[in-house]
Amino acid sequence: MPADAASARPILELRGVSKYFGDLVALRRVELRVEPGDAVLLYGPNGAGKTTLLRTLAALSRPTEGEVLFNGEDIHRHAGLSKARVGFVSHATFLYGELTGRENLRFAGTLFGLDDLERRIDHALDLFAVRERASEPVRGLSRGLQQRVSLARAFLHDPDFLLLDEPFTGLDAASVKGLEAILGRLPGEGKAIIFSNHDFEQGVALARRLVALEGGRVRYDGPLSLAPLESLRITAGSKPRG
Amino acid sequence: MRSLSVIWAVFVKDLRVEWRSRETLAPMCVFGLLVVFLFNFAFETAHEETLRLLPGLLWIAFAFSGILAFNRSFAAERENACLEGMLLAPIDPSAIFVGKLLANLVFLGVTEAVIVFASAVWYNFSFLPSLGAFALILFFGTLGYVALGTIFGGVAANTRMREVMLPVLQFPVAFWVLILGTDATSDALRGAARGDVARGVFRVAGVSLIFAVVSFLLFEYVLEE
Repeated sequence: MPADAASARPILELRGVSKYFGDLVALRRVELRVEPGDAVLLYGPNGAGKTTLLRTLAALSRPTEGEVLFNGEDIHRHAGLSKARVGFVSHATFLYGELTGRENLRFAGTLFGLDDLERRIDHALDLFAVRERASEPVRGLSRGLQQRVSLARAFLHDPDFLLLDEPFTGLDAASVKGLEAILGRLPGEGKAIIFSNHDFEQGVALARRLVALEGGRVRYDGPLSLAPLESLRITAGSKPRG
Repeated sequence: MRSLSVIWAVFVKDLRVEWRSRETLAPMCVFGLLVVFLFNFAFETAHEETLRLLPGLLWIAFAFSGILAFNRSFAAERENACLEGMLLAPIDPSAIFVGKLLANLVFLGVTEAVIVFASAVWYNFSFLPSLGAFALILFFGTLGYVALGTIFGGVAANTRMREVMLPVLQFPVAFWVLILGTDATSDALRGAARGDVARGVFRVAGVSLIFAVVSFLLFEYVLEE
């Protein structure tokens, strides 16, 4: 009998997941299990499958083979269970340019069925220091400010799992530090973060676990401190080749 | 109840985005008026000629104006991957379909009202004697056409030549709604027997409701990656 997803310790996992786009194999038999408190750096060269893996965990992409499970339940049969507990930040902002930041968050909050929405919106906007500009149309904001509104959107429903695809892209130094501080706190609060980052050093500061991907396969999944960086061809300060 | 609030949120969002961008309704009305205006010069506007040509002319104007709406509807969702943003939420994708269908109905409904008014003026034709039947035909025909446009808009949004793909995909199916709509409109405007007009209305309504229900059921599969 599956655990009651609303109250049990949530677990997100991929079991034997492969994803093909025509002849292109984006993921090959990936096994991954993420629990609250995990801080996972997803690292690999361009085309390794990092974005596909994150999208699969977020239920945006259905695997060709294998299962994506939330507390033992297939997320595509019970999408409501996982989506309410997962936040996703991508290269795209998911924001309507003609709407203000606040309107975008209000729309997202309505889709998530959130109570006490205005208070949550204020809190999320304050968390990313973007409340002052929240009444302006998103189209008129800089890329960095849009990214901060997008992050506020992902945090709005207080997810247990936060999936972030290159979250520092477009942010200025102060915003990077602010986001690092927020993400750094989350595992201690019982949340899980899984993020991809092309800057290994920056990722290492936040992560405790490394999942190295190459050619759609997991080459390493374990504590960052024990990762065989040389055999994974990862050097400090490196950007992925390929 | 939650689906209703999602439908309403999507509907209001589409209207608000259009109100601020004005990228859909204005071109639709201009295009529709242009079709009606140019045909005004191509044909003699004697009453019999008008009665013969006006139904087809109206549905051509509605059809091509509608294509602009459906392309634009999903263009706005493609920007910044907003459609995916909606799919991150624990909602029934069919609620997105209904919200967007309602918004497209409003846009095409307003455009049709403008086109019909302009036709009445330019062709010196009164729609009043047959207004009730004409309105019903217009409503059901538009519902079926918009349902198809909304789902095929979603399909075409993920293709490379989306502006071309949408009419290529939609018209072979929407053909039935357009033909039945034209036929029923012709019967209504020339004051055909009540039974004939009623049959026309039921045919349009029946086909349109079938298309609307099927589109509603299939929409979530259109969005899957």
